[in-house]
Amino acid sequence: MTVRQPVLAIRDLSLSFRGAGGDSEVLHSISLHVNAGEKVALVGESGSGKSVTARLAMGLLQGTRGARASGSIRFAGTEIIAGGQEIARLRGTRVTMIFQDPTSALNPTFTIRTQFRQVLRSSNPRLSSREADLMAEAGLADVQIDNPRRVLDSYAFQLSGGMNQRVMIAMALISRPRLLIADEPGTALDVTVQAQTLKLMHDLTERLGTAVLLISHNLGVVREFADRIYVIYRGSMVEHGLTSQLFRAPHHPYTRALLSAVPRITGAELPGIVERSDEFLRPLYVHAGCGEPGGAGS
Amino acid sequence: MSAATGTARRTWYVFRSNPLTILGLAIVTLVVFLSIFADFITPFPEHVGPIGDFGSMSAPPGGQYLFGTDTLGRDLLTRIAYAYRLALVMAVVVLIISVPVGVTVGLIAGYVGGWVDYALMRITDIFLSIPPLVLAMSIMGFLEPTLINGMLAVTVMWWPWYARLIYNVTRSEAREGYVLAAEIVGASTFHILFREILPNCWPSILTKMTIDIGFVILIASSLSFLGLGVQPPTPDLGSMVADGAKYMPDAWWLTVFPAIAILLVVLGFNLVGDGLREAFEADA
Amino acid sequence: MNSVARILLARTAAAAIVLIGVSMLIFTIARVIPGDPARIALGPLATAEQVEALRTARHLDESLPVQYGYFVRDVFHGNLGTSFYTNRPVTTDIAQFLPASLELIFAAGFLMVVLGIPLGIVSAHFRGGGVDHVGRLLALLSVCTPAFVWGVILQLVFAYFWPIFPLEGQISATAVLPPRATGFITIDALLAGNWSVFVDALYHLALPALALAMAGIGQTARLTRANMVDTYDRPFVEMARAYGFPPLAIATRFAFRPAFIPTLTILGLDFAALLGNAFLVEKVFVWPGISRYGVEVIIRKDLDAIVGTVLIIAAAFLIMNIIVDLLVVLINPRIRLAEKRT
Repeated sequence: MTVRQPVLAIRDLSLSFRGAGGDSEVLHSISLHVNAGEKVALVGESGSGKSVTARLAMGLLQGTRGARASGSIRFAGTEIIAGGQEIARLRGTRVTMIFQDPTSALNPTFTIRTQFRQVLRSSNPRLSSREADLMAEAGLADVQIDNPRRVLDSYAFQLSGGMNQRVMIAMALISRPRLLIADEPGTALDVTVQAQTLKLMHDLTERLGTAVLLISHNLGVVREFADRIYVIYRGSMVEHGLTSQLFRAPHHPYTRALLSAVPRITGAELPGIVERSDEFLRPLYVHAGCGEPGGAGS
Repeated sequence: MSAATGTARRTWYVFRSNPLTILGLAIVTLVVFLSIFADFITPFPEHVGPIGDFGSMSAPPGGQYLFGTDTLGRDLLTRIAYAYRLALVMAVVVLIISVPVGVTVGLIAGYVGGWVDYALMRITDIFLSIPPLVLAMSIMGFLEPTLINGMLAVTVMWWPWYARLIYNVTRSEAREGYVLAAEIVGASTFHILFREILPNCWPSILTKMTIDIGFVILIASSLSFLGLGVQPPTPDLGSMVADGAKYMPDAWWLTVFPAIAILLVVLGFNLVGDGLREAFEADA
Repeated sequence: MNSVARILLARTAAAAIVLIGVSMLIFTIARVIPGDPARIALGPLATAEQVEALRTARHLDESLPVQYGYFVRDVFHGNLGTSFYTNRPVTTDIAQFLPASLELIFAAGFLMVVLGIPLGIVSAHFRGGGVDHVGRLLALLSVCTPAFVWGVILQLVFAYFWPIFPLEGQISATAVLPPRATGFITIDALLAGNWSVFVDALYHLALPALALAMAGIGQTARLTRANMVDTYDRPFVEMARAYGFPPLAIATRFAFRPAFIPTLTILGLDFAALLGNAFLVEKVFVWPGISRYGVEVIIRKDLDAIVGTVLIIAAAFLIMNIIVDLLVVLINPRIRLAEKRT
């Protein structure tokens, strides 16, 4: 098998925001990559920078006032660090995103049917309503929704959170993207529903060969889902390894603290981390065989 | 104690950091200053009455008559300053009466509920379903056009807005913890309404009152434009515009300066009110 | 659509109650004023007997509730009394003058929506930037300026200095009026196929409608901007961006639709408020509407006419509010589908 380039390759990405009190650096030269068909997780707590990383990868943050990003983000070989038209065209078709709270992520004034048509027509303007509806129904069947017609005729507020989550997954995968970015999927749902939909997402992306970048704060969830894990803390990558490696032999104190806190019901404070220790300030620890493409893991 | 002064200081900081708010404050200060000291700082205080400088009737702006004179030779600048005084007095009186009435109605209706709520709010609706100006006009139509009657008419039309505002706030506040706590302790309804709920309404009330000073002046000038306000020779911004409109476009200053005067005062109070709203919200 | 019908019914019932209240209010005010209405009507030269005769004929010597009773009875017979000013039944006067005002108000309402909403969308799109600040300041200025000042300014600029538009009136004195169908000269002219009169009427309508609409345009722009800015922060807008929908589409469809619902309610109130400001504009432009009629009868203390006019205006106000409420229900799927929960 030839070595293909990664679907997503981020190198030395830094991000700072210019605010009233000066510049604040949010990301410090992080790197990560996702190969075709792979499932990679980016784990960290709120404020760690994982969400902004995801948004930079989609070109969503670059236009914000005061945001300055440097480094390299390559999507299927194309440099998109500057945002702009390139990535805008790819959004929704080659790379898609699903969000934390499915019900509020869907537009409350359009039916699900209309929203599917909008998504499908953005890449194929000449698509007829009939064809779009057929594709939508097939997509909903893929996420195991029994009566797609009823769901299509509904509005988001009429459906349950779990149902909306499946709709979002279906919508995200309907154009067969190369990369799906899932930003804390299912966090707004209750635990059992979250587990179900994650399994669904796993199986479906497996079948379609879609690469997934999963953003999460929950290592337990990630363990079931991801092949490789990056751990991010306060804007810096602290550890990177295969799922099995990370869980078997975590190195960084933060990773260890995260693991010891699993399972937990809520995102509580992590006990017992001494932040000013030498251990903690160690540079990124990369497990065997997990470097970044094109050079040693930073 | 220090928490409260910290809040106050932060509110003040937000308030004064918006340049538009400062502009508004400057305008308001100017208007108030002119109104209070009109007797001393205007060049021709004697022109307030029906007698002007008959040698300089309808003089264009310039020289000793900064804004020109009207058809009776009266200095426009002076008359505008006195008109400001009248307008401010009217606005203050209208609000001093209508706001307590409206707020009380809103508090009672919102908290007590039941048929009291229904009755009070239906009455409020009745007043609100006559377009604002129409109600004031029809009241003025039935009465002699004097300052007092003008104030009465505008007051009658103004209180329902506060009733509606406070009603909505009270209804949501009535379910809050601190109200329930007071009820359990056995506090009287009066205490709950005025010592518990009302303090939470102050930001909305103050903001609206500030902006309303401008709008009362606007409505009052509309009334007098139609001839339903104070009568000559009392200086009034609306009637000045009405009188001047006949001589357009030649003696343009007769209309333009009073019109700008109205715009200025309404704008000033609006900007200050917006600044207040920002400052209060920043604190929330 | 059960819920729609139910809401319509509830609003109409509430409006009816309110209208009754309004009638009582204005009737009471009219009868409680100082001065003798009969004397006022007939003037100082009438004899005491004439005044007395009029007073009896109009039931002015009876108690207030009885007078109100006569009034209600008359209203149900379509009789709102007679105007001393025109010496005609008030209903005739209203039927003649109301359409002209409605034409003005609808034209102003149209301008409010067509100009105000796009301005608000543009301002929200460029929020924080120069365009936004200028737009907000202009909107504020237009709200703070009374309608009669706008009227005078527009007259000065566009009827005097650059005589593009006529100075006053609803139609040129020399024009031949089309047959009266709706009372809206513009529509009547269109219906009659009379193009030149239609254009003439439009020219006359332009400035007054704009003057009337200015405050509303500013208010609509501010409101739209505020609601759009709030909506831009909602998750589904980020999702729309994540799907690569172009910013223009987001501004005008995906973000606008949900933002429009709270806008519409207040828009309705502003539109109805035009009824009040119409008085000012009609005076400036000598527009033959009910507001001008209203001012005249108010100045003359023409009681029946005043009561009738206020009542009709309140009724129009309430009807407009009901229509706006209906529109909100129709546009907001949440209310419309409140019954069908899955």
